[in-house]
Amino acid sequence: MKLNVNDREVVIDADPAMPVLWALRDIIGLTGTKFGCGVAQCGACTVHLDGEAVRSCITPISDAAGKKLTTIEAATDGTDRIGAAVHAAWLKHDVAQCGYCQSGQIMSAVAFLKSLPPGQQPTPDKIDAAMAGNICRCGTYARIRAAVADAARTLA
Amino acid sequence: MLPNIDYRELPRAAQRLMARSQFDEATTLPRRSFLKLAGVGGLALGAFPHLAMAEAAVGQAASALKPTEQPSAFVQIASNGEVTVTINRLEFGQGVQTALPMILAEELDADWSLVRSRHGSNDAAYLDPRYGIHITGGSNSIKNSFTQYRELGARARAMLLGAAAARWNVDVATLRTEAGAVLGPGGRKLAYGELAEAAMALPVPEKVTLKDPKDFRIIGRPTPRLDARAKSSGRQDFGIDIRLPGQLTAVVARPPVFGARLASVDDGAARAVKGVKAVLRVPLDRGAEGVAVVADGYWQATQGRDALKLQWDTSAVEKVDSERQLAEYRELAARPGPRKLDADMTPLGTAPRQLEAEFVFPYLAHAAMEPLNCTVALTEGRAELWVGSQSAGLDAAAAAGVLDLKPEQVVVQVQMAGGGFGRRFSSTSDIVVEACAIAKAARAAGLNAPLRTLWSREDDMRGGFYRPMHLHRARIGFDEQGKVLAWDHVIVGQSITTGSVFEQFQVKNGIDATATEGMRDPYPLPMRLTVHHPKLNVPVLWWRSVGSTHTAFVMETLLDEIARATKQDPVAYRMDLFGDRHPRHRAALQLAVDKSGYGKQPLPAGRAWGVAVHESFQSVVAYVVEASMKDRQPILHRVTAGVHCNLAVNPRTVEAQVQGAAIMGLSMCLPGSAITLKDGIVEQSNFGDYTVARITDVPEFDIHIVPSAEPPTGMGEPGLPPLAPAFANAIAQLTGKPLRQLPFNLA
Repeated sequence: MKLNVNDREVVIDADPAMPVLWALRDIIGLTGTKFGCGVAQCGACTVHLDGEAVRSCITPISDAAGKKLTTIEAATDGTDRIGAAVHAAWLKHDVAQCGYCQSGQIMSAVAFLKSLPPGQQPTPDKIDAAMAGNICRCGTYARIRAAVADAARTLA
Repeated sequence: MLPNIDYRELPRAAQRLMARSQFDEATTLPRRSFLKLAGVGGLALGAFPHLAMAEAAVGQAASALKPTEQPSAFVQIASNGEVTVTINRLEFGQGVQTALPMILAEELDADWSLVRSRHGSNDAAYLDPRYGIHITGGSNSIKNSFTQYRELGARARAMLLGAAAARWNVDVATLRTEAGAVLGPGGRKLAYGELAEAAMALPVPEKVTLKDPKDFRIIGRPTPRLDARAKSSGRQDFGIDIRLPGQLTAVVARPPVFGARLASVDDGAARAVKGVKAVLRVPLDRGAEGVAVVADGYWQATQGRDALKLQWDTSAVEKVDSERQLAEYRELAARPGPRKLDADMTPLGTAPRQLEAEFVFPYLAHAAMEPLNCTVALTEGRAELWVGSQSAGLDAAAAAGVLDLKPEQVVVQVQMAGGGFGRRFSSTSDIVVEACAIAKAARAAGLNAPLRTLWSREDDMRGGFYRPMHLHRARIGFDEQGKVLAWDHVIVGQSITTGSVFEQFQVKNGIDATATEGMRDPYPLPMRLTVHHPKLNVPVLWWRSVGSTHTAFVMETLLDEIARATKQDPVAYRMDLFGDRHPRHRAALQLAVDKSGYGKQPLPAGRAWGVAVHESFQSVVAYVVEASMKDRQPILHRVTAGVHCNLAVNPRTVEAQVQGAAIMGLSMCLPGSAITLKDGIVEQSNFGDYTVARITDVPEFDIHIVPSAEPPTGMGEPGLPPLAPAFANAIAQLTGKPLRQLPFNLA
């Protein structure tokens, strides 16, 4: 299988039905994407497929072929304007506690902010709706809200 | 988590526990090395003494200091000035990874921008200095290690000063330190990095003078977490992320009913799955059996597990059914039992006002976001484990028992963990024991590779070690002024510390103190408290804030009900009961009241105030909340907190812990937040049928800390207990009907 991961061509020998999550973690060695539930209920495994947030735990690698797969490592490496703004807001608000779900939270936030029309500031309800698929058992939600709103402001 | 620890006795209790073996008699796991452990003795229990030996080599052994007091195990200063502080606890969200280095850096006078942090191991240096075992729990990390880490920092600073004095050939009294450097006469300055090597060769001073708290520069300052950057970029490694050369992954097919064994195994199809290396029948926790599938990766292993054809023999095991269990608990509540409190109940018959109430609390799963895992590498005469453990020493000893090794041949490398809430310290070390049993079986099958055992979410949700189900019954007699004349109370629920290292301190007269913590106190109430601990095969465990997860709800909703019934303000009613003997409760509640606008600020139509205050783990948290009903569902809008944890080492983390604990408390109220069993089988399996709070459930927060310079008390848990009762009290205000069940039942 040929995959485009973070703008890099990766060739792996794997069953096409293997979820993207396990190809990333166990074969490619990108462990920033997390396993939380395995059934698309917690969002810890969120990655971008052609810019869209998807749950990598239920997305087979065959669905990723021919598309651009982006993981947390690339989204927050400073090269993506929106990813950098979200990363900075996460630091400013000291969002993480255990931190395990935060890769997925950030990937959902970045995809959400990318989906907004330029200059539009999201309402609190819109932020909640966009982040509702991501569970944080530590309960960092108040700071997630503040960080997403802050990132949106810095991008305006 | 541990109301009654006698810390002088705890290491001995740990020894006895291990000596009598943690395993069910039915398993075939070897127990020989547990017995050997009795010879290890004292504080070195379950520890790998390499660091202590290293210290001996540099001359530190001559000192009377214990390993927990030796700076070399806790602080390394690199030549570039970077200061790396080793934490003696598991970081799993609560912020000790930052707060402990803050405490050490304060007395070291470090440059905070150069301070880093790392996890420890089961080495003796990382024992809790008061309890003498490796433990992260009971909101004790900061409380028990505050003085320890201050002294460690002060000792290291004294050695740096000594090295500078020698370098400049001046009297040490002429020197001072500031932000990672020693300053001397005539504007001389040497950075710590330039002095570290010479300093570490000096003798470690035993007595050090600590700063006056008014001179603190780092402690008490809201400080961003040291792990924030890594955790906001996918670069933080957790236990699950360990990747060793050649590493394999195992998943386990577990019995559908706790404790069941295999009747037959057909693993032909599983072995044929590409990537599967072995299928192994293994002993599991509590006398159960399972089948481990070992493969190149997790997905291949689960493919193999799905292909197994297994038949289970459940004939000999108990099959708990939640409905039947509740009926049995009700019967038990009516019977006499041991009493924790024994006030005179005569006034019950004649009290002018009467209140009778029954409360039901379900089993709860911890459901930490990082699925349980443990990676084991076996070589001849040695085992190395990577695991997010709250109890590295006990886990190492349990591993040694399984692997036929001596405890000192086992190293537990403590890994950053994605949450835990108590689950990563199980009374049987089940996670580690099973991972070691599988690694041992794999090695015997010829697989000489590091092995990661990884639980699926379903394995975790159905794997037991829950907050126990509880039934409470209360009969209260009071007068028209709300004065309680007699309060007859019964608690029914499994004991969580029976069989654990804490049993001998927590279980007295047949009553587990963790089931009653939070009852009555600090209110001066004439209470009779009867406790029943039925024995069931559902594994139970401490769960963030332990007994207070249910006792705070019962106490704070019942008191509110009495206040409402006698037309009294619930804040004034509580303040009156606190009197002047509980100033911390008063201060926390008053702060929450003042900041919330309670009683002054009019609420939007349809909203009501709710109040609750509770002390747990020596910290007090008061909540004043605003809630409403929408489409017959309770909505929590705003939470104002007053917190008393004495000196807040990192106020920013305290705020985060209160928010997080409150949200976990809110989770308990939401529909679907319950583990139930039917015919022995856990009915929930994942986040689709076991509710935890999502962002859409979450209120606005406003958290305030009562200023204090007293030595800190913990904040990992105390924010949880008062949330659900404060919320319930607001809803009862709106509906006129008390809520007496978690999750809320408005039927």
